Amino acid sequence: MSEHTAGRSQPTSRVSAVLERVRRFGRSRVGTAMRMNGQIRLGGGIVCLLGLVAVVGPFLTPYDPAAQALETRLQGPSLAHPLGTDSLGRDVATRLVHGARISLALAVAATAVRVVLGTTIGLLAAVSGGLVDTALMRLADIQLAFPGLVLALVIAGALGPSIQNVVIALSVVGWATYARIVRANALAVKERPFVQSARLYGTPKRRIVRRHLLPNVVNPVVVLATLNLGTVVLAAAGLSFLGLGAQPPTAEWGTMIAGGRDYLRAAPWLITAPGVAIAFTVIGFNLLGDGLRDALDTDHIDDGKRRRT
Amino acid sequence: MSVVLVGVSLITYAFVFLTPGDPAYTILREQQQGPPSDAQVEAFRAEQGLDEPFVVQYASWLGDAVQGDLGISYYRSEPVTSLLLEYLPNTLELALAAVAVSLLLAIPTGVASAVHRDTWIDRTSQIVALTGISMPNFWLGYLLILVCSLWLGLTPVSGAGTLGHLVLPAITLGTGMAAVVTRLVRTSMLEVLDAEYVDTARSKGVRERLVVYKHALRNALIPVVTIVGLQFGFILNGAVIVEVVFQRPGLGTLLVDSIFIRDYPIVQGVVLVTAVAFVVTNQLVDLAYVALDPRIEPGGRGVSANE
Repeated sequence: MSEHTAGRSQPTSRVSAVLERVRRFGRSRVGTAMRMNGQIRLGGGIVCLLGLVAVVGPFLTPYDPAAQALETRLQGPSLAHPLGTDSLGRDVATRLVHGARISLALAVAATAVRVVLGTTIGLLAAVSGGLVDTALMRLADIQLAFPGLVLALVIAGALGPSIQNVVIALSVVGWATYARIVRANALAVKERPFVQSARLYGTPKRRIVRRHLLPNVVNPVVVLATLNLGTVVLAAAGLSFLGLGAQPPTAEWGTMIAGGRDYLRAAPWLITAPGVAIAFTVIGFNLLGDGLRDALDTDHIDDGKRRRT
Repeated sequence: MSVVLVGVSLITYAFVFLTPGDPAYTILREQQQGPPSDAQVEAFRAEQGLDEPFVVQYASWLGDAVQGDLGISYYRSEPVTSLLLEYLPNTLELALAAVAVSLLLAIPTGVASAVHRDTWIDRTSQIVALTGISMPNFWLGYLLILVCSLWLGLTPVSGAGTLGHLVLPAITLGTGMAAVVTRLVRTSMLEVLDAEYVDTARSKGVRERLVVYKHALRNALIPVVTIVGLQFGFILNGAVIVEVVFQRPGLGTLLVDSIFIRDYPIVQGVVLVTAVAFVVTNQLVDLAYVALDPRIEPGGRGVSANE
């Protein structure tokens, strides 16, 4: 084959290489376990559906989520408004769809910060050992000594109510669990022969961390993060409900429940719809997380040698 | 543990300084509904010790806190400690009732789930547990208010004091925890039912009911005790929201109200008390674990938790 064709086919070959890896993963032991797992299928389906709604939904809704129409306020479900209207005449279904985007974006952002922060601190503690290790783990103990939501509440309150501050508050609160798990797994892997020999070879520390320690802590982190996404959705909705998160007129699920509580008897759909949406989302993440835990066999993550020896 | 407690107190105290802007100015502006004069700000700073360096402020606050003096509320001009003591019983009452509700729901369900493993009983209870974990508790609270108070008229909508006031909040708070405990009872029972002494009991001709509830359950409950203790933090988290939903005067409502009006001494007091209570409970759980299961060496478990 001439250089010319090789150069041109490079992007395609990269895509097909990725596809090939995905296909091979699908047929591997773990991949098969994942495909056969009912919880992963159902949970993954729910999460994909929600993701789709969050990305595409806001373009398809016929109403403006903030547009008030006082002449049609507190209307029950009808053809024009399938989930009714709220106290300012806004379409509940539209607001629900827009809320999906906020809830998911917030959950993903807060969980991502937790993962990066926790993994970095955990790896740093495991690799450094000694005083650095002790100090970082004490810091984790201190974070875990606060009941999570109480701490998040106070941080969000001190910084001032906004979605951004909710992300900050929920990230500060959640990193320690990751740090502990990553550290424990990294310490276990560190003593295994292949890492020992890599060290004897004179492999730089950074390379050992990147090539040997990091890949071996991915599974528990993925499982924890998936379950965490559900928790974060709940916590963020709770903070917004209390008035410390998204501010009206933003269409956020927790805020919507807070706005509907005064019309509990007259318009019960106002709290029902966002409540079901939150529960549905969290169920999706929990199913997916539980399924991943089973499929990835995370309980035995630090003796993953069974494939190699 | 002492390092943790000092860290907890330091972070609790430092919250004030997270707020953008000058705390003295912010507080005075909210207190008198208008911008304060420079002299007022100066006077307030001197009065509250806010002009001292951070370390000095923290040291004097901690010194007082250890002696049970958490300062005076900016707005209510009452000592924080007496406010806490006034609100604490309502929260404790709610927490205990919620634990009771969760155990009453979770133990029979978890046992039934394990005994009838992989039957419809097991599957139903697992689905219910999953839903219980995934529901926002403030939403559940409003649904209960809607059905039990507004439609059926069985219970009062909000407030505290009587048993009727306690039922709905306890159910709301207990359900989420019940879901977690059910799963744990199930796992723990499954493990114990496989043990040889259970087979021995069966082969001796002990009735199945007795095998399950006496021989198996007693041992299966050991890890459950731990989790119930560790769920204390979960209860404190949940209590904040549940108290707001039912407008119960408790530490949660006190905390949320104080956060909004920036009544820092109260915020610091509530956070410090809940965090210390949380840390102490976790230590007690460790001790209870040792007492319940003589096979465990004191401190043996602590290694994995604190290493």
